[in-house]
Amino acid sequence: MKASAAGLSKRIPWMLVLFLIAALIPVIGSRYYTFLATDIIIFAMFATSLNLLIGYTGLVSFGHAAYFGVGAYVCAIFMKDLGVPFLAAWLLGGVGGALFAAVFGFFCVRLTSVYFSMLTMAFAQIVWAICFKWNDVTGGEQGYPNVPMPSMAWLEWIPWIGGLRIDHKFFYLTLILAALSIAAMRRIVHSPFGRMLTSIRDNAERAQFNGINVRLYQLIVFSIAGGFAGLAGGLFGIFNRGVFPDFCYWPKSAEVLIMTILGGIHSFWGPSVGAAILILLNQYIVSYTEYWPFVLGTILLVLLFGFPGGVVGAIIDLFRRLRSAARGQR
Amino acid sequence: MAELLDPFFLLGQLRSGLTTAMFLFLIASGLSLIFGVLKIINFAHGSLYMIGAYIAWNMTVILGRTSIGFLGAVVVASLSVAVLGGIVERLLLRYMYKRPELYQLLFTYALVLIFSDVCKYIWGTQPHSVSRPPLLAGSFDFYGVRFPHYDLFIIALGPLIAFGFWVFLNRTSYGRIIRAAALDREMLGALGTNVASLYTGMFVLAAFLAGLSGALVTPIKSVVPGMDVEIIIEAFIVVVIGGLGSLWGTLLGSLIYGLTLAFGILIFPRFSIFAAFVIMAVVLIVRPWGLLGRPMK
Amino acid sequence: MMLSCRNLVKSFSGFVATNDVSLDVEKGRITAIIGPNGAGKSTLFNLITGHIKPDSGEVMLEGRNITGSPPHKVCGMGLARSFQRTNIFPMLTVYENIQSAFIAHGGKGLNMWSVSEQQFRDETAQMIEHLALQDIAYSIAGEVSHGAQKQVELGIALAGEPRMLLLDEPTAGMSAQETHESISLLDRIAKERGLTLLFTEHDMDVVFSIAHQIAVLHQGRIIATGVPEEVRRNEEVRRVYLGGGKH
Repeated sequence: MKASAAGLSKRIPWMLVLFLIAALIPVIGSRYYTFLATDIIIFAMFATSLNLLIGYTGLVSFGHAAYFGVGAYVCAIFMKDLGVPFLAAWLLGGVGGALFAAVFGFFCVRLTSVYFSMLTMAFAQIVWAICFKWNDVTGGEQGYPNVPMPSMAWLEWIPWIGGLRIDHKFFYLTLILAALSIAAMRRIVHSPFGRMLTSIRDNAERAQFNGINVRLYQLIVFSIAGGFAGLAGGLFGIFNRGVFPDFCYWPKSAEVLIMTILGGIHSFWGPSVGAAILILLNQYIVSYTEYWPFVLGTILLVLLFGFPGGVVGAIIDLFRRLRSAARGQR
Repeated sequence: MAELLDPFFLLGQLRSGLTTAMFLFLIASGLSLIFGVLKIINFAHGSLYMIGAYIAWNMTVILGRTSIGFLGAVVVASLSVAVLGGIVERLLLRYMYKRPELYQLLFTYALVLIFSDVCKYIWGTQPHSVSRPPLLAGSFDFYGVRFPHYDLFIIALGPLIAFGFWVFLNRTSYGRIIRAAALDREMLGALGTNVASLYTGMFVLAAFLAGLSGALVTPIKSVVPGMDVEIIIEAFIVVVIGGLGSLWGTLLGSLIYGLTLAFGILIFPRFSIFAAFVIMAVVLIVRPWGLLGRPMK
Repeated sequence: MMLSCRNLVKSFSGFVATNDVSLDVEKGRITAIIGPNGAGKSTLFNLITGHIKPDSGEVMLEGRNITGSPPHKVCGMGLARSFQRTNIFPMLTVYENIQSAFIAHGGKGLNMWSVSEQQFRDETAQMIEHLALQDIAYSIAGEVSHGAQKQVELGIALAGEPRMLLLDEPTAGMSAQETHESISLLDRIAKERGLTLLFTEHDMDVVFSIAHQIAVLHQGRIIATGVPEEVRRNEEVRRVYLGGGKH
């Protein structure tokens, strides 16, 4: 019943392929490409976590950046002020993101649609305001600079990577950690829990009559998404050499939201593709003109009117049409 | 601390709070109207406000700093923004009505991005300001507290417009149709009303108010990039507090917000940023449809 | 007695939707509730399944008081229901619709480790065959015919192995052919599984062909109950309602 192309695509271990391709970037490309790739990978992780909510559960969050920021601050503060080793600090960042998400989520999931979205944004702005004002802990408006690079001594053991420069080493660290996180999210999405989420998205009432406590599930996925966002934030804080309040500010939430939709919310890799496209496009356009917002706005309009399924959605559509055309010709 | 309780000082804060409230009301009423009837949350409303401000400034440069010049600037700005609103609704927005909310929101956000850069392109990033029209440039002196005429004018304008709205919605047949549209669009279409034109009209009216508000704010605030975002966030908070879709709710919300800000700053100087969002969150948690809104099922 | 409703009352802003309704549904039997539009059939169902709470009165399921219990709890006690407006998962395939019901009822909802595709394959395949949905098993549920969607909904309801099934206008919107097929299927399934069936209907032929017991609802009150022949002969029922076929 399934065409051979689709069957083939299921047998290729995409994650492994992507991982290997990514691993080659520092080898083939320049420092600049490695820099971009690190940025893309972190945001791919961030956007994928948001899509757990939007694409898989139907929860439109406007305040996802809050957990990104919390993760960044927690990780950085534990590393710099408290001397905690990187891996532990990073995981704590994820825990921080998940905790905040759990608390905020508890209130948010009691609301629907527009009100849900607005409350997520209100909470995010509150987090931002705290980061902005709490000078003692977060450094306030100035932010929290000079976040130390994690000691990557253990990477020395790998024969060839050990000799690389810091940026490249950090790239590989990010790649490994992001790959693990994304793989975990993929596992969740394809699990029975993931199936329950999509049923909630499609018809919450029906799911409830199947014995699912909808609010509980929504709260759980909200917390998980917040946790992964926090992990992404932890990496970004280091990458950025500093953590700043604008990590939580609403344009950051808007940015990751756009990436997710640009790529396509109905596929797992959509948000990652969207992150890559947006970051690359940004880099490219910004070198020509200062009117990046205008370009972004126009792209959004084109997207909304022409390609509601995002880039990946459009590609899948194209394949389907080609396939049925081919079948029709036989 | 004693000065804080000085009644005349407080009076000054009251005046300031009321003025802020009335500006917010002008903007937020349009936002509330669009949500109530068109069921769309219009992020770009702040952009329309900003465009109104820029056009008004531009017109005062052309027409001069007289009272007539100011009036002309305000009229031209409001009408221009109204027309712009009509164009946007006709060409783009109407295709968004049937789409999921997420896409509607992103659409209006795209407009924000585009309008913001267009304004930067045309008018640059330098702040501009407009002086008060000579007719309203004076002020009362009440036991040492200044009451600028302009502020009083704005404070009076708010309720006037609210009243005008009320009359329009409740006493005219057009208004009755609008109220019906807010409740049941399909039914209305079945009755033969041209719903599409109605929607365009609503958006144009809301845009007019936004442009008017932007034009009128120029003597008080400088016209600068970023004013679109600043005002829309505040407008949202107001509309949430008062209740999406409720006119009196918007007025109430504006008053509450404006006054809280004016007096809150005295108690907690760091209050302002925080307060607004905390109030919004509390309202959404406790009573999502706002003080005077209708509970949505 | 499988289900007992005692003196249920529910009003909405002054309008009395359910007016002192008492109803007994025998185990293993098929009971139909008939009544014109607005008689309060859906409200009654909503009261039973916990979607809304009654102002007064009780609902007992196999002797246990379930009055006002939330839907996801009620369904855990062996009650399943379908809805008037087809209530399926439109973006999932037919197969996934039914499989997700098995996952939910099988208590695997919180499992984040296994692969969902591999859960309950046998059970899902069986159900699909049972309902003759093999041809469209991999089609997107939102895109199949209305009749097929109702079948899917039935599959979802049955996945939980309920002991009692509530069906709200199961043949609404179906053609005569589809209605006939659907009703025979229902009858067969109910007998095979020993299900207690309670359904609401407009269509008189449907009702009289399979119901063991009929209750007539009018303006929120039960005006008659009994076996089909009794109800057919009842004066008040004839006056108020009978004579209509499919509307």
